[in-house]
Amino acid sequence: MPYTPDRPKPAESSDELRARIPGWGADLDPRDRPSVPKEVYDPKATGAHWEFPERQPEKWPRERSIEHRFLTPVFGTACPPKGLSGAIRRFAYARYSEGRAAHWLLLLGADRVDAVESAARSMLTLRPDNPITQTGVLSEFTHHPIRSRFGRRRTDLVHQPLDPILVAAPWVAAGLIGYAVVKRLRRVT
Amino acid sequence: MRAMVYRGPYRLRVEEKDRPSIEHPNDAIVRVTRAAICGSDLHLYHGMMPDTRVGMTFGHEFVGVVDEVGSSVRNLAAGDRVMVPFNIFCGSCYFCARGLYSNCHNVNPNATAVGGIYGYSHTCGGYDGGQSEYVRVPFADVGPSLIPEWMDDDDAVLLTDALATGYFGAQLGDISEGDTVVVFGAGPVGLYAAKSSWLMGAGRVIVIDHLDYRLRKAAEFAHAETYNFVEYDDIVVQMKKVTDHLGADVAIDAVGAEADGNLVQHVTAAKLKLQGGSPIALNWAIDSVRKGGTISVVGAYGPMFSAVKFGDAVNKGLTLRMNQCPVKRQWPRLFEHVRNGYLKPSDIVTHRIPLEHIAEGYHIFSSKLDNCIKPLIIPNAA
Repeated sequence: MPYTPDRPKPAESSDELRARIPGWGADLDPRDRPSVPKEVYDPKATGAHWEFPERQPEKWPRERSIEHRFLTPVFGTACPPKGLSGAIRRFAYARYSEGRAAHWLLLLGADRVDAVESAARSMLTLRPDNPITQTGVLSEFTHHPIRSRFGRRRTDLVHQPLDPILVAAPWVAAGLIGYAVVKRLRRVT
Repeated sequence: MRAMVYRGPYRLRVEEKDRPSIEHPNDAIVRVTRAAICGSDLHLYHGMMPDTRVGMTFGHEFVGVVDEVGSSVRNLAAGDRVMVPFNIFCGSCYFCARGLYSNCHNVNPNATAVGGIYGYSHTCGGYDGGQSEYVRVPFADVGPSLIPEWMDDDDAVLLTDALATGYFGAQLGDISEGDTVVVFGAGPVGLYAAKSSWLMGAGRVIVIDHLDYRLRKAAEFAHAETYNFVEYDDIVVQMKKVTDHLGADVAIDAVGAEADGNLVQHVTAAKLKLQGGSPIALNWAIDSVRKGGTISVVGAYGPMFSAVKFGDAVNKGLTLRMNQCPVKRQWPRLFEHVRNGYLKPSDIVTHRIPLEHIAEGYHIFSSKLDNCIKPLIIPNAA
């Protein structure tokens, strides 16, 4: 009880716990815990045979945080920025530090633009985006959707109906914009 | 090669992609034999992590066989069976030299606040991940380790993140003999954190979630006392009642950005992306722990701000400890625990999904269909 000095008595003693739970207390001594202490200076332990790594070739101007002094020697090369979303990303990196909400909000905005751009681009290919198969929603037919959800007191069921709206909203918006553009063009011609 | 490709929030598909190539002399190319979907992959899938680009391949939990190595690689050769930590790290920067491998400063140009992570957006470096047939592994002399001969791929892949992170979470709790530990979240990391808390000498381990099937797993796998927060008007008050109104000594947040339990917090974070994460579990942890206690945070949060009850943490004199797990640092001790039978990582695997059906795998995991706890991905060439 917090109102008196003594600690509450444990329900089970250490000996009882050791007998019941495999491995109980194996790491009781903090010296057996691999992340204690937090920092251990031992640069030879890592396998690195360099003090500063050789630089990976930069094949296009790689966007980077302005909090870095220079481009890191190694970096990922997936998905170079492209289109309007790429321009937004480059601006977010060039203008704002990681400490600014604008940096992250621009990047999130670019992600949404990227999704729309990529969906539109896919319509010009032999494999257009398919929101049905890509959401994996077909697994609902084979993986007990009713039994998994109902009668189970799942609190996430309250907001799950928002998910299809979030998926469908850009498609509906793109359709409406497309319709408006076509209507406008027809009126002009 | 075949690879999972992100197409936008809640959408992905498998498509043909170029096989990765050596881009740096210390790179290796690994043929993936087993991968997993992590709970934190769902944050990407749901569009929560800034700079997640269409076309990216996710997957930071994978093991495989070395297919090719760069000219400066000394410790690995083609044909080696390797496990790859989710952290990409150089081994020589200020942070790596001090064992903080998850905070490497030489691998992520996009951000200084986070290191490099496979398949985890450009915010974490822009590297493609392992939910594919092949993956580029930078710093092959530093990151990967040979999988012990006695360990199978299903166990090994769980050591690349989930088990290591849960074990690390228990260490962050600074548990002393007889401590009461409350773990928020009965997903893979929460289950492993609960199990690991006993190794550190906990006297009582409590797990909280809203999914009964996961709580049953916590009781069976992690020998934990369990509470479904839906059953209580206020789970914090319940924690006070069951700890004689003292509060737990240690609380571990193993939920992170998409926590449930408060609709406003969840919707503003997970649906509207106005917070870096929904800090419900973290706030409950702050309020459930005793004054002077310790909070360990291993749940993943985005880089934006979150509405955390910091005043309570200050007023209670709490110690808040957190980080991405430096995975490789955990392995030697975890190998001992697995070999001694104290931990059996693959006991929590519920689904094995072929790479070609990964979209269904994400939906099943995200929607918690079929009592899903941990889905593994089986690439075509495995």
